[in-house]
Amino acid sequence: MTARSYSNGLFGYRLSAVGTVAALVILFWVFIALFGPVLTPYPPGEIVDMDYFGPMSAQFWLGSDYLGRDMLSRILMGARYTVGISLAAVVISCFMGVVLGMTAAVLGGWFDTCLSRFLDALNSIPSKLFGLVVVAGIGSSIPVLVGVLAVIYTPGSYRFARALAVNINTMDFVTVARARGERTPYLIGQEILPNILGPVLTDMGLRFVFIVLLLSGLSFLGLGVQPPNADWGSLVRENIGGLPFCAPAVIMPSIAIATLTISVNLLIDNLPVRIRDRSE
Amino acid sequence: MASFVEIRDLKLGAMTDSGRDVEIIKGVSFDIAEGEIVALIGESGSGKTTIALTLMGHCRPGCSIRSGSVVVDGKDMARLSERDRAAMRGTEVAYVPQSAAAAFNPAKRLMDQVVEVAQIHKLMPMNQARAKAVELFRALALPDPETIGQRYPHQVSGGQLQRLSAAMALIGGPNLVIFDEPTTALDVTTQIEVLRAFKSVMAAGGMAGVYVSHDLAVVAQIADRIVVLKGGEVQEIGTTAQILNDAQHPYTRDLLAAFHPVPHAVVAETQAAEPVPALEVRQVTAGYGPVDAKGVPHKLALRDVSCVLEKGRNLGVIGESGSGKSTLARVMAGLLPPASGQVLLGGQVMEGEARRRSKDQLRRMQIVFQLADTALNPARSVGDIIGRPLGFYHGLKGAAREARIIELLDMVRLPATMRHRLPGELSGGQKQRINLARALAANPEVILCDEITSALDTVVAAAVIELLKELQRELDLSYVFISHDLSTVQAICDEVMVMLNGAKVEQLPADRIHESARHAYSKLLFASVPKLDPGWLDGVTRDPEFAASLARR
Repeated sequence: MTARSYSNGLFGYRLSAVGTVAALVILFWVFIALFGPVLTPYPPGEIVDMDYFGPMSAQFWLGSDYLGRDMLSRILMGARYTVGISLAAVVISCFMGVVLGMTAAVLGGWFDTCLSRFLDALNSIPSKLFGLVVVAGIGSSIPVLVGVLAVIYTPGSYRFARALAVNINTMDFVTVARARGERTPYLIGQEILPNILGPVLTDMGLRFVFIVLLLSGLSFLGLGVQPPNADWGSLVRENIGGLPFCAPAVIMPSIAIATLTISVNLLIDNLPVRIRDRSE
Repeated sequence: MASFVEIRDLKLGAMTDSGRDVEIIKGVSFDIAEGEIVALIGESGSGKTTIALTLMGHCRPGCSIRSGSVVVDGKDMARLSERDRAAMRGTEVAYVPQSAAAAFNPAKRLMDQVVEVAQIHKLMPMNQARAKAVELFRALALPDPETIGQRYPHQVSGGQLQRLSAAMALIGGPNLVIFDEPTTALDVTTQIEVLRAFKSVMAAGGMAGVYVSHDLAVVAQIADRIVVLKGGEVQEIGTTAQILNDAQHPYTRDLLAAFHPVPHAVVAETQAAEPVPALEVRQVTAGYGPVDAKGVPHKLALRDVSCVLEKGRNLGVIGESGSGKSTLARVMAGLLPPASGQVLLGGQVMEGEARRRSKDQLRRMQIVFQLADTALNPARSVGDIIGRPLGFYHGLKGAAREARIIELLDMVRLPATMRHRLPGELSGGQKQRINLARALAANPEVILCDEITSALDTVVAAAVIELLKELQRELDLSYVFISHDLSTVQAICDEVMVMLNGAKVEQLPADRIHESARHAYSKLLFASVPKLDPGWLDGVTRDPEFAASLARR
C-alpha cells in the first residue's frame, strides 16, 4: 500500500511550506552576511547622493540615508554585523549554558545549588539595563558586545538544558552507566547530550532571535556597533530623523530585522519532522 | 439467532505519517451471549484492546473502522453517530481501564467521580445515585462502604482504586462491561481480592463482559469463553475448559507451555563446596531521604537484610511492590550506599558507592533493568551500546571490538546486522537481549536481574529465561533474580528469598517452596499465584485459613 509515498521526504525528514519559506529567507541573509561586501553597488561609507533621505530610484534601489549614503550598500554591510555578532553570542551562551546545565544535573548537590542560585541572580538583572551598564562602563567594541550578549543569555540556556538533563539523568541507561563506573564527562557527552540535542537546538534558534533584537536595541540607543560601521539597529537609529519624510532609510533596516527574526521563529515552529514510520 | 453482541468481519486500519496504510485488525468475528464473559487474550500488539474499544464505538486517534460491524444490543456501533454512541457509553457499555490511578482525577472526591456517569446521563436523582454507589462499594467488598466515597484517590490502595473504577463503570447499569487488563498492575495478593469482587458482581448483575488480558491463569478464573488473538487475527475460540485442556492452535499451545516453565534443575552439589560465595550481603540497612544524626535515612527501604549467593547458583528475590527488592539490587550495585552493613563480592568487602569501587569490582557485577526501553540510550546504536563496556573495561578497539560485539550478539541469539540499528527500532524482547548482551560484555561473574521479564509477553519472557539458563551453563554466571512473579523465579532459581516491608521473611529452596514455607506471609504469597484451573479462585477463597491471612494482611 505504498501508492502515496512522499517523494519530498528528504533524508527521512519532511518540511512544511512555511518552514521552507522561512529557511530560504534565513539562507538569503546568511548569504548576504557572507558575500555582502562583494555585492555593494557603492562604498558603504561614502556620500554618493546629493540629496539626503532620498527616495527609492533606479540609481539608489533603497534610497539614501541622512548623509546621502547608499542605503542598499549599508544594509548589505550591516547584515554582517547583525548576523555575525548575534551568532557568535548565541553559540557562546548556549555552549556555556548547556555544558553547565548538564554538569549540574549529573553532579547535583552543592555544585548544582550554588551554580543555579548564582545564575538565577544574574538572570534577575534586566537584560537591557545590564547591557547598558557594562557597555557604558567599559566602552563598546565588537568583542565586548559579543561577551555581554553571551553572558546575558547564558542563565536562560542553563535553566533550559538543566531541566531537560534532569529528566534524562533519571533514566535507567544513565543508572547503568553509573553502575559501570563511568565518569561525569562521559555521562554528559555520550549519554545525555544526544538525547537533549533537538530541544537545545530549538532553544538556540529562539535565543538567536532575542539576541538580534537586543543587539539592535543597544545599537539603536547608540551603545552597539559604532560609526562608521553600522548594524541594522544603528541604521534605524541614524535615520530616525527621516521618519516624518517616509524615508525608506528608516523602513528598510527595520524590515531586514523583522524578516530575519520572524523567519528564524517560523523555522523553529516548523522544524523538519522526522518520518517515524520505519517498519518497511 | 441474534446474540447480545455480534462482531462480524471487523477490519480496522491506520495511516502512518509516511502515508502507508496499516491493517491492525484483520477480519475478526465473534459473539457474546447475554450474561457471558468472554476473554480476549494475546500478546501486546495483538489488537485485543483495540477490539474491546470498538465495542464502545471508539477508535484510538488515527485509526478507523474500515469494514465489518460491531452490533451491541441490536445497534451497530460502527455506524452510529458520535452523539448516539456517547449516549450508549456508560449506560449500555462501560469500561474499566488498566490503570485506575490514571483514570481518577486526583483533585476530586471518589464519590463525585463514581456518580458522574449517572449525572451526565441524568439517570437518577443524585441521592439515589449515591445510595446505589454505596451498594456497589459493598458488593465489591470495599472497606467502609459508607464513607470511602468521601476520600480522595490517593487515600486508597491500588486494589481498592481498581474496584472503585469498576463501581464507576457499573453505576449506569450497563449490560456489557469491558475490563482492560484491570489486574495487570496489581500484586498477586491484591489481584485475588479484585478478581473475587469482579466475579461476584458480574454474576449477581447478570451482565455480559469482555475481559482483556495477557494472563491465561487470570482469565481462566473469570471467563466463560476465551478468544486467542495474534497479529489482529483470531487464532482460536473456545470455552475456557477447551482452551486450557484441549488447545488446537499451535500459538495457544505456546501460550500454555510458557505458563508451565521447565523447573530449574539444581546444579550438581559439588559446586556448593566452594568456600567463598560469589556475592554476600551482610545486615544491610538502607533508605531514602534526609539522614538523621545516627546516619539512618528518613524512610527505610531495607532493614537488616542478609543473603548469600553461592558461585554458579541463582538467588531469587520475591515480594510485592514496596517490599524493598529493587532497593536491594541498587545497594548491591552501589547505586544507593547503605546506611549500615556490607556488600561482599567474592569475599572482598566493597565500598558502598559505585564511584569508589575498583574498576574490576564493577566489572565483575553487572545490573540489568526491568524496562529495556529506558535502559538503552535511544540516541546510540546497538553496536555503541554493547561496545562501550568492551572499551571501558577491556580496552578493546577497532576490529577486535567489532568482532566481540558480533560474538555477543550471537550469544544472545541476535543477527550481527542488528548492531547498526537504534533501540527504538527493536522489539521488546530484542531490547532485553541487547540489555543482557551489554551486561555480558563486561565478562561478569554476577548479574543482577531486576524484573527483567516483567514487561515482556509470556512467550517472549519464557525465551529470555531459557537464554539466561543457557548463558549460565556456558559462562559460569551467578544470577540474582528479582521478580514479583513466582513462576519465573521458580523457573531459574535455586533459592528464593521472600521480602516484606524491607525485611527478609525467609529463604527457601526453589523446588520445595510450598512444602517448606513456614511464615504466614510466604504461604499467602505462594497461594495467591493464579493457577491454570478455572475452579482455583473459588477453591482458595473458600479455604478459611487463606481468607483469614488475606484479611490480616
